[in-house]
This record gives sequence, C-alpha cells and structure tokens, in this order.
Amino acid sequence: MDATQTKDIYTEEFLINMGPQHPSTHGVLSLELTLDGETIVECTPHIGYLHRSMEKIAENRTYTQFIPFTDRLDYVASMNNNLGYVMVVEKLLKLEISERAKYIRVIIAELNRIASHLIAIGTFAQDLGAFATPLFYCFREREKIVEIFDQLCGNRLTYNYMRIGGVLTDFSRDIEEKIKKFIKYMRPKVDDYDWLLTYNAIFLARSKHIGVLSKEMAVNYSITGPNLRASGVKWDLRKDEPYLAYDKFEFDVPVGKNGDAWDRYKVRIEEIRQSLRIIEQAIEALPQGDVAVKVGRIHKPSPSETYFRTENPRGELGFYIVSDDSVYPYRLKIRSPSFSNLAVLPELVRGLKVADIVCVLGSFDILMGEIDR
Amino acid sequence: MLSILDIIWVLVIGIIVLGFIAVSAMFLIWWERKVSAHIQSRYGPMRVGWHGVLQSVADAVKLLLKENIVPAGADKLVWWLAPFIVVVPSVMAFVVIPFGKNLIVKDLNVGALYLMALSSVCVIGIFMAGWGSNNKYSLIGGMRSAAQIISYEIPLILSMIIVSMQASSLSMQKIVAAQAGYWNILHPNMALAFIVYIISATAEVNRVPFDIPEAESELVAGFHTEYSGMKFAMFFIGEYTNLFIISAIAATLFFGGWQGPVLPGAVWFLIKTYGIVFVLMWVRWTFPRLRVDQLMGFAWKVLTPVSFFNLAVTGWLLLK
Amino acid sequence: MRPDEISAAIRAKFPQVKEEAGTNYIIVPKESILEVSEYIKNPPLSFDNLHCITGIDRKEKIEVIYTLYSIGEHYGVTIKINLTSEDLNIASVSAIWKSANWLEREVYDLFGVIFSGHPDLRRILNPYDWQGYPLRKDYSNPQLIAKPRL
Repeated sequence: MDATQTKDIYTEEFLINMGPQHPSTHGVLSLELTLDGETIVECTPHIGYLHRSMEKIAENRTYTQFIPFTDRLDYVASMNNNLGYVMVVEKLLKLEISERAKYIRVIIAELNRIASHLIAIGTFAQDLGAFATPLFYCFREREKIVEIFDQLCGNRLTYNYMRIGGVLTDFSRDIEEKIKKFIKYMRPKVDDYDWLLTYNAIFLARSKHIGVLSKEMAVNYSITGPNLRASGVKWDLRKDEPYLAYDKFEFDVPVGKNGDAWDRYKVRIEEIRQSLRIIEQAIEALPQGDVAVKVGRIHKPSPSETYFRTENPRGELGFYIVSDDSVYPYRLKIRSPSFSNLAVLPELVRGLKVADIVCVLGSFDILMGEIDR
Repeated sequence: MLSILDIIWVLVIGIIVLGFIAVSAMFLIWWERKVSAHIQSRYGPMRVGWHGVLQSVADAVKLLLKENIVPAGADKLVWWLAPFIVVVPSVMAFVVIPFGKNLIVKDLNVGALYLMALSSVCVIGIFMAGWGSNNKYSLIGGMRSAAQIISYEIPLILSMIIVSMQASSLSMQKIVAAQAGYWNILHPNMALAFIVYIISATAEVNRVPFDIPEAESELVAGFHTEYSGMKFAMFFIGEYTNLFIISAIAATLFFGGWQGPVLPGAVWFLIKTYGIVFVLMWVRWTFPRLRVDQLMGFAWKVLTPVSFFNLAVTGWLLLK
Repeated sequence: MRPDEISAAIRAKFPQVKEEAGTNYIIVPKESILEVSEYIKNPPLSFDNLHCITGIDRKEKIEVIYTLYSIGEHYGVTIKINLTSEDLNIASVSAIWKSANWLEREVYDLFGVIFSGHPDLRRILNPYDWQGYPLRKDYSNPQLIAKPRL
C-alpha cells in the first residue's frame, strides 16, 4: 500500500503486556509487546521476577551447602545443574573421581536430558495449540525417569544427587533393570512423536521458517545447546570438550538446517535418540568400584579461580568460581544458557505475528529459574 | 389470533428444546472431557457419579453460585448482552433441525437459509464480548473471531447451497426426504462439499485447529477472558450447542438425517450427530492450531475456490 | 592453539596487555578493551563467541572478566580488566558481540560497572528502582541472612 492510500486512516500501535502471568511465557517472563494489529513492532523482555540472588547466597554457603541451590536453577534438569556445579568445584579442588561415578553421572545426566527435552517438546506443542495431548504423552514418559530418580535419591524434582567427589548412592540392580527397560520403552515412543507431531501439516506450517536464527547470529549472541545446533553449528561440549566419560561413547550430534523453530524442535527429538544410545552403552559398560571419593563435607581450596561449563539440555551451563582462604566461595558466577538464549528473542520476533512469538519462545525452551537465578 | 392452547404448546416445545439443549451441552462437555482424557491416556472425571457423568451438573452448580465479576472499565451494556447474543442464535437453530419424521419444531420452507443467517449472528456476540471487556487480549480475540467467521461463512454457505440444489429445496425435511436410500455423502461432489462444510463449520464454532479467537496459549482465553460464573457458562453452553448443531446439520445434509433401518428416526439422527461430534473432538485433541493469516489464507485461497468450482460442477450435473 | 600461544599472540600485537601470573588469563588495560576486542573477534584468532561476562569485587578493585571461545577453532581465552572503585567506566563491547548486551547489563546491575556506549543500560535482574549493587562485598541489607554456623 502506498502512502497516499493510508494517509487519511488513523491507526495506532498498541502496547500489550504478555506476562508475567500468561499461559505460555514458561514462568514469570514479562514481554512488553508493541503491536500493529497482530504484527509485532517491538518486543522488550523484562526478567527478574524470580530473582533469588543465588550468586549472593553462594558467597554465604560452604561448597557442599550450595549443591541443593543448583537444583533450583534449571528445575527441569536438576541433575545436570548438580553435575555442572560439583564438577567446577572438583576442578577447583583438583579432585579425581572414580570411573563408576563418572559412568553413573553420565547415565543420570542423559536421563535428565531426556526428561527435560520431553518437557520442551510437550510445552512447545502446547504453545502451538496442540492442546495437552503431546504434553500428556511427554509427561507419561518423563514419569518413568522421575520414578527412577525417586528410587535413586528420594526426590522427584530437586534431586540433590551429585556430591563433590562422586554421587550420593550407588545403582542397585533394580535401578539398572529399570533403566534398561526404559530404553526399550522409550525408543518407539520417540517414533510416536514423529507420527503425532513432527510431520503434521499444521505443525509444519506453524513452525517452519519461523524465528530463523542464522549461524552467525547464533554464535554472536552466544546461543548454546540444541538452539545453536539447530542453526547448523555442530558444537556439542560432550563431543568437542568431552568431560566425564563422554569420549568413550559413540553418539552423533544432530544439527538443523535452517535454524527455524521446527529445527530446534527436531534437534531435541534427535537428541533424545542419541541420549538413549549413550545410556545404553554406559549401562552395558558400567565399571565396578566406589561411587564417591571420601573427602568430607568442608572443603577449603587454595585461592584460585576457574571456569567450567557442561552441556545442559538447554545449552552450556558455566560456573565461574573464585575461592579465597575460607570454606565459602568468594564469588560464584552462574552463566545460564537460557539467559543468553532469551536475549536474542526481541530481534527474532520483530515483524512476526502474536501467535509466532509464542512459537519462537516455546522453541527456545527457556526456563525462568535459571534466567533470573 | 393465538389461542391459549397455542401458547401452552409453544411453551411446552420451548421447555423441551431448552431442556434438551442444557442436557445435551452438559453431556457433550462430559463426553469431551472423557474423550480427551482417553486420548491423552488418563481417565478424566471419575468422582461424581458413574465415571463422572454428573461432573457437568456439579460444574453447573458451581458456576451458578459464583460471583459475577464485572471489570471496572467494561462497557456494561455490551458486556452484559454479549453472552445472550451468543446463546440465543444457537437455541433458535433448533427450530428447523429434524430429529425425526415428525419430530421437528417447524419445517420452515427456508430452513437452510435460516440456519445460514443464524450462524452469522453469533459473531456479533463474540465481538461484543471482546469489545465490552475492555481487555486487549479479549479485543484481539473478538477481532480475530469476526475476521474468521466472516471468511468461513462463504465456503460454509456455498457447500450448503450445493445440497439445496440437489434436493431443489431449502426445507430441511425435503432435503432429508431427497436422500431416501442414497445419502448425499455418496456423491463425489457432495463428499467434497461435506469436507468443505465440516472444515468451515469447525472454524465457525472456533474449535481446534481454528480456535484462534480463544487461543489459550496466545490470548489467555480470548474473548471470554473477563467472564466468570454463569456468564462464562453461557459461552460454554453456546459453544457446545453450536457443536451439536453443526454436527446435526452435517448429519441432515449429508448423511440422510433421521433415515435409517430398524431403529427409530430420532435414534439414527442422534447416532449420526454424535458420530460427527466425536470426529470433531478427535480432531481437537490431535491437531495444533493454525495461525491467523494461514487461517484466512486457507479460507479464501483454498476453500472458497473449491466451493465455487464444486457449485459449478453440481449445477452442470443437475442441468445436463 | 594452546592457551599460552593465544596469550602470546595477543601480547605480541598489544604490548600493553599483560598475562596474569600462574594462569593464562590476559589482563587488558581498560582503555584498550575495544581495540583488543576488535582484533580477537576477527581472524586469525576469530573469537566469535563471547560466552560470559562477570565481575568480581576484590574490595580494592573490581575485576571484569570476559570468557571467550572460538567455535570454529575450539579454543578459549579469558580476559580480565581491573577497575578501581573510583572509576567504574568501561567501554561496552556489545557492538562487537551481541551477547554482551544482556551480560553487561547484568554486571551493571550487580556491581555498578558503567558500560559506556551500551545501547540500553538498565538493571536486569533487580527491580528498576533498586538501590545499591548487591554483589559488592560492602553491600548490606537488613534482609540478608548471616553465614550459617559450621
């Protein structure tokens, strides 16, 4: 439409507050949207509603006391957060853990990755309007994992299972059986999701070519995890900077082509399959031995600083830890993946429709617990 | 002049129809909850009555007792009227729906036309609800609804016209009679018209995958965000009554209405209607939602041309 | 490249850059952060990924730490900048790495470091009207709970 046609029509952009209470902002995220009809002109995220000053708390707790707090960062993948934290402390203490503990950690981390991706897929489908059905299927599968964790450490959401120097409890034979059974159970279920969702025409229409994140942009914005891989960057810490026992297992790093919402979804689906492969190999080759090094509860590392990052379901979780001559960390910086992933949102949604912002946000799988810390 | 007997007759019919609507809406709500639950591998309501059959009654009592909250900035009159304008057309539609050979309130000779006219009244109520709530989400929902229903009206009406052409009548009973022995759905052009009809009708009653006016994940609850208590219940009843009506119309126009062997007409009619309702529920709990522009594009670029083509073909078939 | 080689390469280009004793962290004077950033962003070093920015309050100074990685080359470097508490101004690198935008806002929010040239320097985690900078060691608030007894 040219200018002469629109000259006499008076239109106005209007502001709409999406969140902090909204069904699809995945927590207490507030998006201030400027809309022209249904088209987004500007999007400003406001975060911090869930800010619990984790980093300040860390300075007032001993190294061991802070482990339960990491559960509350990314509460969908608590095991992975536990893992990231205890590994940075172990790096600080230069502590070597037993081979069996490494394998157990890998299995647990991958199980939780599956659980987390299931929630990501389910809520993404929910955001696209596939009301509740995929979500319930995903939760049905997640329940099996949660049951295993429950038996292992007595908790269903905030596990507090990893310890500095190892893990809390050893696998019983029962748990090994359950994990093996779960792998057999899960494989066909992932194929079911392909039938139900992945190639559904409406699903494709809604998520293909929406929120396209180019390779360069993804790297520049420091996007990590499945979102980065969906943009076609083959970068996975488990492969590129292997920690624990990841270098002993065979698995592929799935990458997307276009970096759109569908690719981000698809990469997660593929990652579930790869995680199952890793678990299968790890449980077969599980070495014997102790699961924890006896180190006591109070640690007093020499003054130094270190940074360590692990591949979490949502991206790379980094901890920058500084120690002084005390039993408390001098400073603990939590570099959370969702924080960086969310920063790109305003740029991606400009010019899209209201329905698409939900789709893009859902495909990024952010979690306010670790953004606000 | 109306005699006293006529007035009593009208009242009796009215009570029967309203009673049927209330019971049918409650049954559909319970059934939808059960169907969705079993699709999602869970049980759904189980506590109130056998397999939760009385759940809807309990819900209705709860909604009746709830406080009626009016938003401070609402346009009061518009806001109050909206639920009635949504419900009344769906009640009025029952006038021409043939439940059996003689089981029809009034076999208007413009029955199909009457239904087409009623289907577009509902949108006014929805838009009023969106506007009157003084809520931006509701407003977007109302706007979407207006755009959507106006777009889908055209293929809907065109597919109904095709059936009327075949039966050379707008009367619902004559349309049923014209299908004696050979249902409309068995003609290829009618089957196409049925597909167009069922898609447009789904859009017309705002059900997934066309539920953009109340798109839960985007607009919280769209046009009825601000409604509570019995006003909300009226939207609910309106929605489920409309669901029944579009399925009843589909059964009448394409599946031979109340005609069928052995069983009485009304039973056949309900079986067919609830069969179509079940399919719509199945669709709802399986598919994601379309985006607003894709939805419009689909109506104008696909359904409308297909309907016109179908109309031309049917006309040619009838004339040759 | 190994960390010491990276450090040597940067120091060869910029004589004012030092290496921290005992580690391979490089210490950049705050005036030259922009030119060093420009240089290491592009080939040959091509640190295309600014992973993390954080601050540490060392009481007499505030350190700002940039953790950088190169996705293509598989190596990383840590840059440190020392700020005295009198002058907490530093040039923003958000024009070079987009990820710096929010990360710098966070450091501003929690430590009060002013990133000049930042497009939108507001508080991010704390409310917009919050007083003080919580992660400084001298920050006090009646609601802060004392360290637990061991």
